[in-house]
Parts: sequence; structure tokens; C-alpha cells
Amino acid sequence: MTGPTDGLPVTAPAPSGRPRIFLVEDHAVFRAGVRAELGNAVDVVGEADEAAAAIELISERLPDVVLLDVHLPGGGGHAVLGGVLPHHPEVQFLALSVSDAPEDVIDVIRAGARGYITKTISGPELLQAVYRVAAGDAVFSPRLAGFVLDAFAQVGAPAPGLDPELDQLSPREREVLRLIARGYTYKEVGRDLSISAKTVESHVSSVLRKLQLSTRHELTRWATDRRLV
Amino acid sequence: MSLMALRRQRRDHRGIEEAPDPGTRPLTDGGRATNPSTPAPGSGAAAAAVSATATEGASPPSWGPPGVAFGNSRRKNGRWGEGHWSHSYGHPRPRGPSSHTDDRHHHHVGRKLRALRRSPDNRVLGGVCGGVSRATGIDAMWVRIGFVLVAVASGVMVLAYPLAWLLVPMEGQTDNIYARAISDRRGIRTVAAILVPLLIAMQLITSSLHVSFVGFLGWPTFLSVGVLVLIWRNADPSEKAFIDDDVMPLLGADTDDGKGRRRLMARVVAGLLIAAGGIALLVEGHTTVAALRPVGGAALVIAASVVIFGPWWLSLFRDLIAERQARALAEERAQMAAHVHDSVLQTLALIQRASDDPQQVVRLARTQERELRAWLFEGRSPGAIGEDASLLAEGVGLLQRQVEADHGIAVQVVMVGDCPLDEALRALLDAAREATVNAAKWSGEDQVSVYAEVEADTVMLYVRDRGRGFDPDAVPEDRQGITQSIRARVARFGGTAVVRSAPGEGAEVQLSMPRRERVK
Repeated sequence: MTGPTDGLPVTAPAPSGRPRIFLVEDHAVFRAGVRAELGNAVDVVGEADEAAAAIELISERLPDVVLLDVHLPGGGGHAVLGGVLPHHPEVQFLALSVSDAPEDVIDVIRAGARGYITKTISGPELLQAVYRVAAGDAVFSPRLAGFVLDAFAQVGAPAPGLDPELDQLSPREREVLRLIARGYTYKEVGRDLSISAKTVESHVSSVLRKLQLSTRHELTRWATDRRLV
Repeated sequence: MSLMALRRQRRDHRGIEEAPDPGTRPLTDGGRATNPSTPAPGSGAAAAAVSATATEGASPPSWGPPGVAFGNSRRKNGRWGEGHWSHSYGHPRPRGPSSHTDDRHHHHVGRKLRALRRSPDNRVLGGVCGGVSRATGIDAMWVRIGFVLVAVASGVMVLAYPLAWLLVPMEGQTDNIYARAISDRRGIRTVAAILVPLLIAMQLITSSLHVSFVGFLGWPTFLSVGVLVLIWRNADPSEKAFIDDDVMPLLGADTDDGKGRRRLMARVVAGLLIAAGGIALLVEGHTTVAALRPVGGAALVIAASVVIFGPWWLSLFRDLIAERQARALAEERAQMAAHVHDSVLQTLALIQRASDDPQQVVRLARTQERELRAWLFEGRSPGAIGEDASLLAEGVGLLQRQVEADHGIAVQVVMVGDCPLDEALRALLDAAREATVNAAKWSGEDQVSVYAEVEADTVMLYVRDRGRGFDPDAVPEDRQGITQSIRARVARFGGTAVVRSAPGEGAEVQLSMPRRERVK
């Protein structure tokens, strides 16, 4: 990622020119790395390396997107989400973590992050993800897609008392997630299913909503199995 | 600084994972140079051989042995490995869109009736019964028994088999033999010139003897012979080779010295004499008293058929056994080749790359030696995944660690569901590892995605890289990687492998394996 125009997505333009980014990450080296990767395409308005400072600075500067490390001294990413979102719901969070552990995934997503990516992501893809989240869309890493498929797996008939709107994935959403889990980009998913990238985004956003709102038993059990909640 | 590098640092810091060995790292173009036997264009050394038709290797084990016919003689000509793997030993025939996978699918799922096609694999003569079996789902052996019973009982039905052979196209073909036979003027003339006088003579003789019903039995038999001659003359080359190699010997008429032929003649004469005796008894049965006579006559007719056909049956049986042994041998060889490819050849390639790092070479050689010994003397397969794992997720994790350590590529794993490992799933994992290693070697990327999903009756596994990709149709056929290690491996257990790739678009190997142990 070198120039400001390089690899910019046409489908997800920033709300107002360059999105304003806030970095929450306890590794200084990594923060520098992300800054370098994002280059001039974004406006980094601040950084923090622990939860309390992050909550204070984010509430003050109100960035478009917060890049949030899941593991933080002083409460983790979860605490930051809980400290900011109730007061400033317009701030979008994109969780970025080295961890592939499922408990991290469910934790930050249920707490309100708009997406979850691992740090293996390439520079251009990271930028793409930032723009997506800034535009209000969801961003799923393969890992997250796999998790959702796993948690929403349909074994037998849906349990009674579930809201089918919220607690089940549509076949199309399942297809989209499966391709993302296989490592396809949104663009490739769209090409494979003959739909536009925008449609892919709307499917993913709808899945994210279900993920956050569902009371699905399996979701809880899934988390409990892995010693969460 | 790239995120990737950071990730690695971080990992070490957390002590989760070993750092990849520097000696094995740069595998992109260097890898090519050191692998002289494989001048392939791009990623997935493997991939190429398996294109869209990859699934045809999936021969369902439930079909029973293919016809006696598949001797070794023709396998020599067929290329080892490519195209026809575990099914049909080398019939170079065109294949239609209805490949085996579909059939197998029907078999498992709906047993749907499908258009009748003669089976190229499950055949004794023309594959008609095999085809009926496939279309109806009834076991081929029962179809054959039924056919023979009906033919013997009715007489006229004898003709049904050759007619079906003539009229029903072979699996994967649209033309039947009739389409060609109809323009074979010479064949038709010859057959007619022999058959017509024969039939007239037989009719005259039998009716003058007041046994014209014998003549009626003769009609379908003679006509059958005529049709069979036309089939033989007009079958396509592969089918004709089949008839010459595998049906003709049943007649005992293939020996080159005159001995075999004389013996056959003696047998036929003896059989005919016995049959004549039997018929004579049957004929007199209704004029004279003895109620036992027809029974005796029937016994004589059976004896006649044993004399005439007995040696065929024997040789049929012998061939069946020989064919089974040959198949077991071929399978064993393939398994061994796959193992050696995965372990010894792989290690040799790694050693070549690490030739400037003596410690690394020693380490690789030692590991390989241990593995090889374990395989040769303790029967544990080398490099096989899953020895230490009992669940699929563990196996995939092992795969990830092995490939990351040996090949310096990041393997991103996503798992949906989990299930216990069985032999078939271990084979699936071995194939997946091979595909991952291929991506490490050829893609030029530093990351490969593995996605495994456990469904109710299958396990799907995708290995995808975003590397340089290649044209699956353009890779030479003798590439061991894809053919033996990936495709044949899963095909052996009824699984399939499909490779999707295009130059510049990365590559994806899609593997699937039916589950033995279904989810209730």
C-alpha cells in the first residue's frame, strides 16, 4: 500500500474523504506497522495502548473507525467497546487481533464490533476493511465466517422459541460465509455467486446483525463450550 | 514492515508457535530450480492433472469387480496414473457429462432411475446387466442370474441380450453399435449368407422330424450369433479390444497352436452328441411311457452344457481371481508410490534446498530415516497425518504445524464442525496436506487458506492460495503430486478432488469425502 489512491474500493467510499482512524494496540511496533500499511489513505487521529486511555481519547476525538486490538492491558477490547459504544454509537469498531481463538471472536462481535480481522491480513485488504467499516458495513475474516457457520450450524429442525429471522442463516448467507471462510475476498465471492460486491456486503451485514442479536441456544452453548460468557 | 512479519514476531513472543525454520523459507522461485523432475507452470504442481473431470476417479466400491475383462495386457499401454485411476483400467473412451460421481450420488441418495447405458466397468460380456443394475439399483449379480433364467426358460429371450448390446449405447457415449452396424454391408451380407440357409435347413429338418419346437429354440440362438458377429465387427476399438482380449478367451479359441481349437471342436462335438441324446429322449418322452425320461433328457442337456461351457466357467473364475489380485497389487503399488512421494521425495527436495545448512540437512535426513524405518519395519505409514490425532480438527492442526514448519508458509485454518478421524478422513487429510505443500512450493505466496467443513454426510476441505495460479489443462500428465497423492488418495475411499485455477488467479483444491459414520 503506497499511494493514497492505490487499491481504494469503489464500493465503499469513506463518509467524508479520508476516514479518521484511531489505533488501540499495546505493541508500539505493530502500531507503527499499521500506520505504514495504511499510509496516507487514512487519517490517524490518535493511538492508545491500554483500555482506559483508549476510552477517554476515543470519546474525545470521535474517529470514524477504531482499530481495536482484542488483547489489551486493563480490560481488553471488550472494555473499550463497553466504554464507548453506549455514549457514541456512531463510532465503528474493527477488531484486529493476532489471536485466532474463538472466544476472542465472539466476545468482541457480541460487544458490538463491526468486524473482526486477524493480523495476517494484507495492507490493501486492511485498508479495504477500514473503508467497509467506515461505510457501516461488516467485515468478516475467514475465521469469523467459520465461527458463524459453526455456531449457526443447522442440526435437525430449529429449536422452538427461536426467532427464525434472527436465529437462522439464509441459504445465500450460508453460501457467502462459506466462500469467505475459504479465503475468498468479497469481490471473488460476488463473482463466484454472480452477485455484486454490494450484495455480498449486505448479506454479511445481515449476518453480523444476527450474530449480535440472536439468542440462539447454540451460540451460547458454543461460547460456553469454550469457557466464555 | 509487513503485518505478516509482525504476526510472526508476535507469535514467538507469545510462545504459541515455533518460528519457521529459516533454512526452509524461500520457496518461491528457488523451489522450482531445485526440482528438476517437475518443470511445471506455476502453483499446484498437483493441480493440473485434475481438471473438471477429476471426479471420475471416484469409483464406488460397492460395484463389485469390474468385468473379468480388465486384464493387464492393455494397462501397459495406458498411462500410469493419469485419468483412469481406480476404475476401468485404461479404456480410452470419451466421457459424457454423466460421470461416475453423478451415478454414485444417485446410488447413495435417491436410487433414481436413469437412462439405460451399458456399464464399461461392471461387465462380463457387453455390460448390459451392469447397466441395468446401475439404472435400477439392483445388484448386478441378481440381474445376471435373472437374465440367464429368463433366457433359458423362454428361449426367445436369448436374443434379448445381444440386441440390448447392439442398441444400448455405452456409458458416456451417445451412439450405439447399431448406428455403425447398419452401414456394415459386408458384415450383414456375410452373416445373412450363413444364417439364412442354416435357419432354413434347420427348420426343414426339424419339421420333417416333427420336432419343430426345437427349431423355434434354434432361431433366437442363431440370430444371437449373427448379432454378436455384427457387434464384434462394429464395436469401437476399445470395446473390440475388450472382446478380443477378454470374451474370446472364454471360448477357449484363442490359443495359437491348433491344439486349443481341436480341443474346442472335440468338446463341441461331444456336447452336441450328448445334447442330441437328450433331445431324442425328450422327443420320445411324449410317445412312450417312461415319465422319468424327460428328466434324464434334461440331465443330459445339462451335462452337455457342462462339457461345452465348463472350461469357460473355469477360466471365468480364474480370470476373476487373477484380476482381483492384479488390482490389489496395483493399489498397493499406488499407495506405496504416494507414501514415497510424500516422505522420501519431499525430504530430498528439502535437503537440496537446504544444502548450505548442514545442520538442517542432518535434521531432515534423521527425521526421514526414522520415518522410513517406522514404515518398513513397523508398518506405520510415513508422514501420514492423523497418527497422533483422533479428531479432524486435531489432524488439520497437525497439518498446519507440519507445513508451516517445513515449508515456511503461513497456513490459515478455518474449521466448521468436527468429527472423529477414520481411515478415509486420514486419507483426505494426507491429500489436503499435499495440496497445501503444493501451494507452498508453487504459488509464490506466503499464505494458504485451509477450510474444512464437516457436514452430515460429507467432509469438505478446501485448500486455496492467491498465488500465480496455472492452467490445469496445461500441466503434464505425469505429475505425481496431483495424481497419486491427492486424487488417487481420496478416490480410494470414494472421495473426489477438483482443482480450480487460472493463471494469475491463485489455485483452489476442493476435496470431499463421504462420511462412513453419519450424524444421526
